[in-house]
Amino acid sequence: MKPESTEKLLEVRNLCTHFHTRAGLIRAVEDVSFELAQGETLGIVGESGCGKSVSALSLMRLIPNPPGRIMKGEIWFEGRDLLKLSEGEMGRVRGNRMAMIFQEPMTSLNPVLTIGRQVAEPLEIHQAARPDKAQILCGELLERVRIPGGRKRVKDYPHQFSGGMRQRAMIAMALACTPRLLIADEPTTALDVTIQAQLLELMKNLTRDCGTSLILITHNLGIVARYADRVNVMYAGRIVEKARARDLYSRPRHPYTVGLMASVPRLDQDVKCKLRPIQGQPPDLLQLPGGCAFQPRCGRPIEICRIQSPLLTVASENHEVACWNPADYPKEIGGEHALTS
Amino acid sequence: MLLQVEDLSVCYPVFKGALLKSKRAEIRAVEQVSFHISAGETLGLVGESGCGKTSVGRSVLRLEEPAGGRVIFAGEDLGALDKHQLRQLRRQMQIVFQDPFSSLDPRMTAREVVGEPLRIHGLFTTRQEYRDRTDHLLEMVGLNPGMAERYPHEFSGGQRQRIGIARALSVSPRFIVCDEPVSALDVSIQAQIINLLETLQERLQLTYLFIAHDLAVVRHISDRVAVMYLGRIVEIAGRNALYRSPLHPYTQALLAAVPIPDPVLEAGRKHLVIEGEISDSLNLPMGCRFHPRCPKVEERCREEVPGMRPATERKHWVACHSAG
Repeated sequence: MKPESTEKLLEVRNLCTHFHTRAGLIRAVEDVSFELAQGETLGIVGESGCGKSVSALSLMRLIPNPPGRIMKGEIWFEGRDLLKLSEGEMGRVRGNRMAMIFQEPMTSLNPVLTIGRQVAEPLEIHQAARPDKAQILCGELLERVRIPGGRKRVKDYPHQFSGGMRQRAMIAMALACTPRLLIADEPTTALDVTIQAQLLELMKNLTRDCGTSLILITHNLGIVARYADRVNVMYAGRIVEKARARDLYSRPRHPYTVGLMASVPRLDQDVKCKLRPIQGQPPDLLQLPGGCAFQPRCGRPIEICRIQSPLLTVASENHEVACWNPADYPKEIGGEHALTS
Repeated sequence: MLLQVEDLSVCYPVFKGALLKSKRAEIRAVEQVSFHISAGETLGLVGESGCGKTSVGRSVLRLEEPAGGRVIFAGEDLGALDKHQLRQLRRQMQIVFQDPFSSLDPRMTAREVVGEPLRIHGLFTTRQEYRDRTDHLLEMVGLNPGMAERYPHEFSGGQRQRIGIARALSVSPRFIVCDEPVSALDVSIQAQIINLLETLQERLQLTYLFIAHDLAVVRHISDRVAVMYLGRIVEIAGRNALYRSPLHPYTQALLAAVPIPDPVLEAGRKHLVIEGEISDSLNLPMGCRFHPRCPKVEERCREEVPGMRPATERKHWVACHSAG
């Protein structure tokens, strides 16, 4: 069934992506549903192996098959279910209406092609730009992503660019066709903090100017706080909490979210306070415990947690949590959002 | 004072040609770096990639031969020691590496990894003593001695880092260089390792040189902090002074670039972003090395290298012409 609201750009329903490996079945993404409005920035946070990158690759239908497969679900994007499109139709969406930036700018560029060829490729494919015209447009794009002397550098090869500049070139490539949705998968993780700040500001400004929605995948809670409107927290393949950024940080409900926030040292915090790490080890997707996947590390488990996996349920307005025993907060005077409004 | 570093410089030759290698140039990775660490203290060393922080850590332990300067540990000048003496002294100085997997031999069990330094330094006499001591070391870092016969790939990242720490502790050192010990780990595991390092420091009266690029982590664990940029220390101060009132424009930019996990605070924060990228280390800028990116650049910054000078506050040093 097609979703009704036109304002929604993307709606993911019950997405399941599994990998059939020699060691066994890995449910990398399990029953994931979320939506994204026009012009909105959604943060997806979680630690390695939580399924955040696989979710993104599933949206782009870039899951390597075998071993991976999107088992079920719907991905509604601009009024169509992407999972029902033919490979050819999907090719016209990818890089055109929807684009992606990856973590390693070193490995996602082809070392034997010029930057110009690679950045101009989406223009040639999707907008039938003639190669000479595409090179001129490419020069302009490189200037827009603030590569110094961008026009002169279209003939350069990736190794002549620094890590930060390569990622700028990736942003230029991704935004070449003014996509409606940009997925950035750990776009700055490999980069230094000053370069990270430059690139994130650049991405924010460019997506705002183009009206592009952004999915920002990261493990960094600070980056999400700075840029995201809404946040999905993932653990062991599932979304465990979904909320507006302000609500999530001021009143996290899932014990995992609470634990994550308590484990990072913050610049604005009293240095004397000890960090409160989450106990135990990250989950092994091949041997998930019965019931809630977080239960072996959880600080507030109850009987049912071992038996049954909790589903996402509405905890308050725009705030969903998948937990049998979520953290509670006393009601503030002056209503639900007195703190954050 | 346990460790004193004076005018330390480290250079790496750059070669060209595949067969007939000829030395073409020199990368001056570390230049005239001076600092000291008192017993029981943690000095944080921050900076971005290529700033020379790892080279400082390695040459302090003399895993790297410095091009100039002195390292004095517990009153002994490391440069003046012969091989045998250096080996004796190294028992007191250990290192914990960033990537716990690549720093462990995949064919050695956890016990062998932890026990190897004991063997090298001949610190046990009987088989039983070896077992007891390695068991005890594993326990000390929060691992079950029952896992001692497992191989590195059977452990998670956090557990491997614990093994790395146990190995460093095996010879009862006084001083440990922690080189990015948590940056390869997941957020929830980072905190476990940081707490472990703090607990061990208290229990064993350890002194740390804590090298990292994560400013929040460094702030949490350090008593004093030094900031490096392109091979030089640009600012060094007590933790609170440095984070509350950073004087060097680079330190200010670094701190402004770190997002705080609080959307409300972030919305009210000015996002000061410095332009440009770190300069090529083969082609260092004249004068202050930060001047091509500095928002407060003056004429003399382009010509004159700023020396370290004390700022108004005690024990707060900065190398900048305009700061202070």
